Amino acid sequence: MNFPDGLKYTKDHEWARINGNMVTVGITDYAQKELGDVVYVECNDVGTRVEQGGVFGTVESVKAVSELYAPVTGTIVEANKTLEDRPELVNTDCYGDAWMITIELTDPSELDNLMDAGKYEAYVSTESK
Amino acid sequence: MSFIPLSREERKEILDAIGVEDEDELFETIPAYLRYKESLNIEGPLDEEALRSRFQFRPHKISFLGGGIYNHHIPAVVDAIASRQEFYTAYTPYQPEISQGTLQAIFEYQSMMASLTKMYASNASMYDGATALAEAALMAIRAKGLKRVVITRATNPAYRKVVNTYLQFNHSIEILEAPFDIISGQVDLDALNDMVDSDTALFIQQPNFFGIIEPLDKIAQTAAKAGFWGIVITEMVSLGLLKPPGAFGPDVVVGDAQSFGNPQNAGGPLLGVLCTTKAYIRRMPGRIVGLTKDSSGKKAFCLTLATREQHIRRGKATSNICSNQGLCALRAAIYLSAVGPKGLKKIAAQCASGSRYLMELMRKKGADAIFKGPVFNEFVVRMEDAKIQALEEAGIVPGIRIENLYPEIPGGQLVTVTEMNTKKDVECMVERI
Amino acid sequence: MHGRKDLTIFPERVEPLLLAMNEEGKNARQLPAPFDVYPLDDIDKDILNEDLPGLPDVSEVETVRHFTRLSRLNYGIDNGIYPLGSCTMKYNPKICEEIAGSVKDIHPADTYAMTNVLKILIELSKDLEEICGMDASTLWGAAGAHGELIGMLIIKKALEEKGEPRSTVLIPDTAHGTNPASSTIAGFSPVQIPSGPRGYLEASTIKDYLDDDVAALMITNPNTLGIFEQEIAHIAELLHNNGSYLYMDGANLNAILGTSRPGDMGVDCMHLNLHKTFASPHGGGGPGSGPVLVKRHLMPYLPLPWIVADEKDSYTLKWDSPTSIGTIHSGMGNLAVLIKTLAYILSLGPEGIKDVSHVATLNANYIKTRLSKSFDIPYTTPTLHEFVLTDKRQQANGVTTMDIAKALIGFGIHPPTIYFPLVVNNAIMIEPTETEPLEELKRFADVMETIASLAETSPEIFKDMPSVSPVGRVDEVWAARHLILTWDMGESNKEAAVSKQ
Repeated sequence: MNFPDGLKYTKDHEWARINGNMVTVGITDYAQKELGDVVYVECNDVGTRVEQGGVFGTVESVKAVSELYAPVTGTIVEANKTLEDRPELVNTDCYGDAWMITIELTDPSELDNLMDAGKYEAYVSTESK
Repeated sequence: MSFIPLSREERKEILDAIGVEDEDELFETIPAYLRYKESLNIEGPLDEEALRSRFQFRPHKISFLGGGIYNHHIPAVVDAIASRQEFYTAYTPYQPEISQGTLQAIFEYQSMMASLTKMYASNASMYDGATALAEAALMAIRAKGLKRVVITRATNPAYRKVVNTYLQFNHSIEILEAPFDIISGQVDLDALNDMVDSDTALFIQQPNFFGIIEPLDKIAQTAAKAGFWGIVITEMVSLGLLKPPGAFGPDVVVGDAQSFGNPQNAGGPLLGVLCTTKAYIRRMPGRIVGLTKDSSGKKAFCLTLATREQHIRRGKATSNICSNQGLCALRAAIYLSAVGPKGLKKIAAQCASGSRYLMELMRKKGADAIFKGPVFNEFVVRMEDAKIQALEEAGIVPGIRIENLYPEIPGGQLVTVTEMNTKKDVECMVERI
Repeated sequence: MHGRKDLTIFPERVEPLLLAMNEEGKNARQLPAPFDVYPLDDIDKDILNEDLPGLPDVSEVETVRHFTRLSRLNYGIDNGIYPLGSCTMKYNPKICEEIAGSVKDIHPADTYAMTNVLKILIELSKDLEEICGMDASTLWGAAGAHGELIGMLIIKKALEEKGEPRSTVLIPDTAHGTNPASSTIAGFSPVQIPSGPRGYLEASTIKDYLDDDVAALMITNPNTLGIFEQEIAHIAELLHNNGSYLYMDGANLNAILGTSRPGDMGVDCMHLNLHKTFASPHGGGGPGSGPVLVKRHLMPYLPLPWIVADEKDSYTLKWDSPTSIGTIHSGMGNLAVLIKTLAYILSLGPEGIKDVSHVATLNANYIKTRLSKSFDIPYTTPTLHEFVLTDKRQQANGVTTMDIAKALIGFGIHPPTIYFPLVVNNAIMIEPTETEPLEELKRFADVMETIASLAETSPEIFKDMPSVSPVGRVDEVWAARHLILTWDMGESNKEAAVSKQ
């Protein structure tokens, strides 16, 4: 499984790409594998606020529906419209084309609560039975 | 009579294979103090003839009963096909490879219901119209965080009671009644206008409980102000005559399709209907069949959007519904196929004509219908208890007493006419008024 | 495939949609037309349909052939064994179907005709209460899940009357998905509790979860592992001392009919699945029926209407009560199913009812004994009418539970329940029921043994299993991505159209 170094990770298996005070969010390779073939992604509207650890949407496969949790507090400034027609991108390119939202961050110190790739990899190996 | 096909020897053979001396040993895992040692105080076993004589009933020969459950013609093909064991003994179609019959039939039911109502999609059924309405109210509340549910007072009281039951512990939701106009029997549009806003879910029955056809074209403008609105149809045969409800822009259409090929059955099983617009398909409770293909590209069907349902989402499911009214939906599909578009229109015309015929004859005898609005197949008159008793003694049931449900209509009696009544039935009744 | 004994053949090709037969004027049906047609000009034109209703126009012959061919794409109980765990797919007696027809022309508001119906319903209530050891009941639940909701609402009302707005319901990890869903709809928050290592709930575990917010515990007995909840009476005592209720999901009653009674276990409230235990047909997804039974202290909350005796030694319906949770159905529940149930009970009589649980348990243990040689059985605890096995041994060669299920279809047998209960990885839950002939039990066991042996010798064939079913593996992902839910939807409808028949 693939956990790129430049990203930060959450316990709920989201990744965050930080660019100044803009944080782009998606789900990790581990999450997409657990879900199986993704059939639908739904995110809150652009302009809405999210809290760190709060729900910003859902991702659905044929066997499960999972909530999506925001890694940081802020306002959603962008949402990936491509996923509406091509949810399968979550399985094929979870770190690239299947980015889900971009949050304008309010409190940079929240980033300290996130894991780096190494920590996340270790976390995943204890999670999987 | 037992349905156990094992002989004594075979039971012994099984015991030997398991390595057990006596059947009782199999239950040693049940604590001794929980073992029931007595004989159940139950009658039987009875043979088939004894059973046949036990279950004898005598429905009235001439009846004008409706109010949510209707006596309609059921073509012989419906029973013939629905009694095929592959349909009625089959399990829920979770294994699509060997349930294509059920799946395709339900897909066709969904298609016909969506087409008749001119809504985007239909689910595979709910228990009945009342629970479908309750679930639609829950859907609206969940989707939009609404605070108020407004249902017209002229919507079937049984339906309104069930909605109250489902919402009784949700103390943040207000349930209100929109009054009807005492002259026309239709909803009071001015009162309705004051009750509806973006925090409201509105539901209105068409035709309403009094059999009166509501002016949905005028109501639609007010309804559009609601956060969510739905049309309730308890008599689906009206779709043979009236404009499809979807044309007026509701978010849902709910109701009961018992009229489509299902007998009255002393009150059940019924057939709950739930249709939505595209925006709400992911929030629809219940099962839904979708079209797909198999590994070789052949057309196939399967249950879809199942992740919203109880067996996967569990505590976060859109509903708890598991078994629905599958066989009743199959019967509806066969019925609709059997009668066809012109047939349904004809039956609806007969219902509307029959009620007008009876109303006309009753008017001539001084028993006017109470409301002035146009009716479909039922109407309300005033009738005294003595009159009703006399009719019943003559073998005629002249409708349902509704004055207890609507105290503002003393002596209120809901009289229903369908294509199953005859001119003679009508004349017989009028004779005795 | 060698050793295959196909008793179930699917003779039909894939059938086109009914819509494909649509052609104006084909339907020449003559319908009852007793009345002269009125002009209907008192109805506003804006409310009338100018077009015909949106239905296909097909002939009777085409209707019959279409649906007949569809039926032949299905597998029914009259074809062969249906070993689905916790579904109790037993034989549906034909006499019960016939008897149910006797109520078809009765309207529920026809009080005269209903007097006999109500007498029958009272008899049924008494019999169900006797079988379950409970005090009172309602027959209006339209399905098991509906019954669960009714039960949860009853408990919620009872607590409210006591001035205790408790909000938690404890639910074991072996529970059916409707349990947490029903408790949520009723306004509770479900909390999952772990079953013990022997497969049943332990009273000591329950102690850890009990507090003054616990309204109830929902238990299934025997549970979905087929294991009798041995500590249920202790658990009931703990709950009662805590001011909580014990609710039982009666889906697995087949294992204990006449042998053990929920009322004696301390159950306060329970539902039954008449389309499981009491032999009513499943109908391809309903109608079922879910009566709810209670102990005396919960009687006041039962849903309306109540069937009560009147002065004339007959019965009538009571529609008012300040304590009842209210009405939960617009008719009389799934009444025809209730009629079938009484006919079934009377067919069996008291000894016949007891025999059901005996033979159901016998048959399940026979299958288990046979299959334990080739499959992993996760619990050694004794089981009753059903049991669970896993694909652990077959996984060693890359063969999964899904492969085993699809292989069974290849042998013409409906697969058991798979991937449930969740507490076992890749579970296969098997319940043969008491109405299977020994020959059929042997056939099922033989086929499973053959599958196990193939998993060892030639595991590669499972991916390309030749199919006797009318369609091969169905693409559920495609269905969910495209959501074609009616025949009017989407251009994609043509994409998915038959490429070969």
